[in-house]
Amino acid sequence: MTTDLNETAPDADHLSAAPGQDRTAGPILRLQGVGKRFPGVVALRDVSFEVRRGEGHVLLGENGAGKSTLINLLGGLFPPDEGSIWFDGAPYRPASPLEAFSKGIRVVHQELNLLSNLTVAENLLFERLPSRRGLVNFREMNRRATELLSEVGLDISPSTLVSRLGVAQMQLVEIAKALAHESKLLVLDEPTATLTSKEVDRLFEILHRLKARNVTTLYISHRLQEIYEVGDRVTVLRDGQHVTTRPLQGLGIPDIVRLMVGRTIEDQGVFRDDVQPSGEALAVENLRLTETSPPIGFSVQRGEIVGIAGLVGSGRTEAVRAIFGADPRAAGTISVGGRPVTIASPKDAVAAGICLMTEDRKQQGLLLDMSCAENITITDLRRLSHRGLLDRAGENAASKRLVAGLRIKTPSVFHKVGTFSGGNQQKVVIAKWLYRGSSALICDEPTRGIDVGAKAEIYELMGRLAAEGKGILVVSSDLPELMSICHRILVFSKGRIAGEVPRAEFDQNRILSLAYEEYGRARGN
Amino acid sequence: MPEGTERADGRKTGSVWDNVLRISMREAGVAIALVIIVLFFSATAPYFATPENFLKIFVQIAINTVLAAGMTFVILTGGIDLSVGSVLALCTVIGATIMVDESLSPWVSIPLALVACMATGAACGAVNGWICETWKVPSFIVTLGMLNVASGLARVVSGNSTITGLPQSFVDFGNEIYFGVFPSIFLVAIIVILIGWFILRFTVFGRFVFAIGTNEEAVRLSGHNPRVFKIAVFTLSGLTAGIAAMVYLLRLNVGSPIAGSGYELNAIAAVIIGGTSLSGGKGSIIGTLVGACILQVLATGLQLLGAEDNVKPIVIGTVIVLAVVLDTYRNRLLRVLESR
Repeated sequence: MTTDLNETAPDADHLSAAPGQDRTAGPILRLQGVGKRFPGVVALRDVSFEVRRGEGHVLLGENGAGKSTLINLLGGLFPPDEGSIWFDGAPYRPASPLEAFSKGIRVVHQELNLLSNLTVAENLLFERLPSRRGLVNFREMNRRATELLSEVGLDISPSTLVSRLGVAQMQLVEIAKALAHESKLLVLDEPTATLTSKEVDRLFEILHRLKARNVTTLYISHRLQEIYEVGDRVTVLRDGQHVTTRPLQGLGIPDIVRLMVGRTIEDQGVFRDDVQPSGEALAVENLRLTETSPPIGFSVQRGEIVGIAGLVGSGRTEAVRAIFGADPRAAGTISVGGRPVTIASPKDAVAAGICLMTEDRKQQGLLLDMSCAENITITDLRRLSHRGLLDRAGENAASKRLVAGLRIKTPSVFHKVGTFSGGNQQKVVIAKWLYRGSSALICDEPTRGIDVGAKAEIYELMGRLAAEGKGILVVSSDLPELMSICHRILVFSKGRIAGEVPRAEFDQNRILSLAYEEYGRARGN
Repeated sequence: MPEGTERADGRKTGSVWDNVLRISMREAGVAIALVIIVLFFSATAPYFATPENFLKIFVQIAINTVLAAGMTFVILTGGIDLSVGSVLALCTVIGATIMVDESLSPWVSIPLALVACMATGAACGAVNGWICETWKVPSFIVTLGMLNVASGLARVVSGNSTITGLPQSFVDFGNEIYFGVFPSIFLVAIIVILIGWFILRFTVFGRFVFAIGTNEEAVRLSGHNPRVFKIAVFTLSGLTAGIAAMVYLLRLNVGSPIAGSGYELNAIAAVIIGGTSLSGGKGSIIGTLVGACILQVLATGLQLLGAEDNVKPIVIGTVIVLAVVLDTYRNRLLRVLESR
């Protein structure tokens, strides 16, 4: 880290310039010691860097490095807990997205925020509809919308309903919307994720034109090749901390990947090398999410923990949800314990012995307003049922055993899980599937938002379950986590498995390069 | 994380007052409100605190209580059933038609009418649930449609006229009074409530009703099919509408295609005042009974106080909204108490 700090030294003279002295010469955006915590996680810690007026500034970082949090701070979704932000020479602390917008910061979020039942023109000019005495001036609105659309090269009528557009078109409308009102700083979060290379070229053209008008852009992308076309300088975040801000020139992709990885892995000593995989627990063959998506195939042995790495949006969650029957799939054979099973719904999957601990445990995994015991037994109420009546004594006994076995900290099994900490909630999710006795466990981001101590316990628990003969599949954005607990790691890149890395060959650089593989290829670089 | 000393039953102990407050807030919040209202009218309204008046109230809440019992199940899963009023009308017409048939002895026609009412109601409810779940249409819309369809069917079946002349033994049972103040139809309503309470509290089905209302997606991803249960609660609501139709016939002795108009809203009001959350997952059927009582006690009490007929709905409407507003405070207080 010390070397990194030295590298930011050339910017120090900017930092010393008092804000507000010269509104046109200083940096457009300056962050000083910015920190943001969420329950259980520190999303940003002491982040300081500057974005110069008129430059193309690229923001990079692995999953969970804090990029989205940073953008949301700028966009006025929530304030920082610590530190300060200066924008255009004045302290910047927007109370709402509207205020951010009126100050001249325009954020194009990755997930599109268009109003799908309104027309393209209405969406484009929504913040300030041209009007006369409260009535919308439709002619003026459509005229300006047409201009904006032609600027981004979209050949659609401004009166088209947004709901009838494709994703790429919506993305372009979002960008056109950002152009509708003169902004000083344009923040683009993964704008090219859904665009074809022709549309990407068009976008870069626009960005160059904006640059000529002295509009600053803060650009986030997973496609490392394309950042050279839009960026002058790059800022890398890692684990919520600032790593470096430096010119892009002379920086190769391998250098960038190294800057992003960097984190040393403290060996948690949770890997059980005494467990030898034996027999197949779960096998997936030729899984296709849609007719055109690439086929996915892999298997998990009993006693084995297999990791799935990849960028957010690389199709990891989609794949495991399709295996579990939570979302439809176009094709694919799934076998449990060597026998093919038919899975059309989660019900089938659970009956076959597969379980899915979802990424979003609050929305999809737990009944927050119900008790710990009720949450645990929901997976198998038939076992507690005598002619339709519920055996409450049996329920309490079974849940108490699991609560004790997993060391879930709660005064009683009657307490609502909504009041539990993240780590304890995750343990309840594990408990409910242990209660069901599933043989193949799929865990999507099992330690997201959980403190370090609880993480270690969950790792240990996974090791124990594998030793008991269960097959475990872990999806995680935390690469060091996967490297410390898995026998092997499958790397997803843009919906396909870009590679498989056995434990002996674990290497952050290699895995991350595989994860970025398909994104580089898309630009034909 | 709440920390506390553990007792033998595993529940947390706090200060005695905390416990008293917590339990009374959780289990008896609305009941306390009912007691206060009753005491208020007993003190201020002439004739309110008389057996005759209570008898009258019990007679008047029976139909609404039965309807609201089924409605509680639907609302607990996060749905709504607007069709119960006109399903009731359809059932009264069918039940009355069977009972006035003189070729049948009352011993045959009365049970037959009961079965027919329950079957008709359940069928309407099942159709509601099935359409909601098959095409993922909001239950508000589907049951609004059924409200009209059932109402139309009731007119067709009855030929747009009321049906009178029910068997005397049936009419007599409807006028029966037990223990001085309990009319037979009120006891029917209490039995329905008790059965509902038992189902919600002691059966696997009841557990699923709460679980689906709390988080349907989590139930699905736990390996269950929420559709089946949701169709079942609508069927149950239709079934209670059928039973309520028999209660209606016992009380008013006439099958009418325009019976029950607006009843669905009274039933919903009883459920909501009773503390059941319109978004599902939280509530109790005992609360529903209390809610139905509060509505009727207010109406009767205001009348005895000499309030104008036009003022009554204003007060009742205010109380409905107030009950829900107070409920949010109650929940907040409960959360504080539970995490202490």
